[in-house]
Amino acid sequence: MYGGVSEPVTMLATPIRIEYEFTAGLAQSRYLKGIAEGRFLGQRCPKCEKVYVPPRGSCPTDGVPTTDEVVLGNNGIVTTYCVVNVPFQGQSIEIPYICAQILLDGANIAFMGLIQEIPTAEIRMGMRVEAVWVDKKELGPTMASVKYFRPSGEPDAAYETFSEYL
Amino acid sequence: MAESEVLRSPHVIEYTYTRSTGPVIGAFLTGLRDGTILGATSPSGRVVVPPTEYDPITSEEVGELVEVGPAGVVTTWAWASVPQKDQPLDRPFAWALVQLDGADTAMLHVVDAPGPDAMRSGMRVTARWRPAAERIGHMLDIECFVAEGSG
Repeated sequence: MYGGVSEPVTMLATPIRIEYEFTAGLAQSRYLKGIAEGRFLGQRCPKCEKVYVPPRGSCPTDGVPTTDEVVLGNNGIVTTYCVVNVPFQGQSIEIPYICAQILLDGANIAFMGLIQEIPTAEIRMGMRVEAVWVDKKELGPTMASVKYFRPSGEPDAAYETFSEYL
Repeated sequence: MAESEVLRSPHVIEYTYTRSTGPVIGAFLTGLRDGTILGATSPSGRVVVPPTEYDPITSEEVGELVEVGPAGVVTTWAWASVPQKDQPLDRPFAWALVQLDGADTAMLHVVDAPGPDAMRSGMRVTARWRPAAERIGHMLDIECFVAEGSG
């Protein structure tokens, strides 16, 4: 109920809420079950042979089903990144933090990941990183199973090895 | 992989917006809370309801706010036979454009009617207000419109 009856109305609450059931589909379900086992699963296009992760079940270039499943590496390359310094509502990670595009070993597309265990000033394109998972008993079919990525200590990748994935 | 192996999960997306009303819509909502419906007079003499800060046709800044309604005419309507969660009424109802007495534009609201047979364009309706203590300065301070004379 409104507090002071004589006060003019200046603000209006306009909440928007959507409740729905998300269906992962065949390809993403396979991917999430792989995540629950602590590994990244991609799918290869039979025509162009590119490996997609997370798989969507078809190749966006050739329009054919990607039926061939591929186990990808736990390590990858930071192709590009962003240091987040701006707080926002609902933020769950302490700023500053690094959001990076990571090209997993064996994949032909980068995906987004959180980078931790490194000063933000030291992040760079080509840095090798590895996935850090939650404890084995906590693994589940959710991306929360991957805590973050951190530097793997391997030498940086040469620019030519990931330049086509930017 | 069989269809039954497809994963499903409930998801919720929610944005808890709070908007500033500005002077004109703020006055309109204040009016609703106080049990009156206000329209904006434009320099060309039209009365716009709900009021906007500028005349939607001439773009001129509106002048004083005047009281309109609380009764008016349904200009057009659509029957909602299966009300959705969070819609204004929990029973079948009509979405309707209501041109209030004294207004030159129609306002979207709902009409509580026994069925679509009780609805027609041109019918007279009047506002059914929420109890004063429950009004907060919101469009639904008018609970709904009902056929004039039906209470």
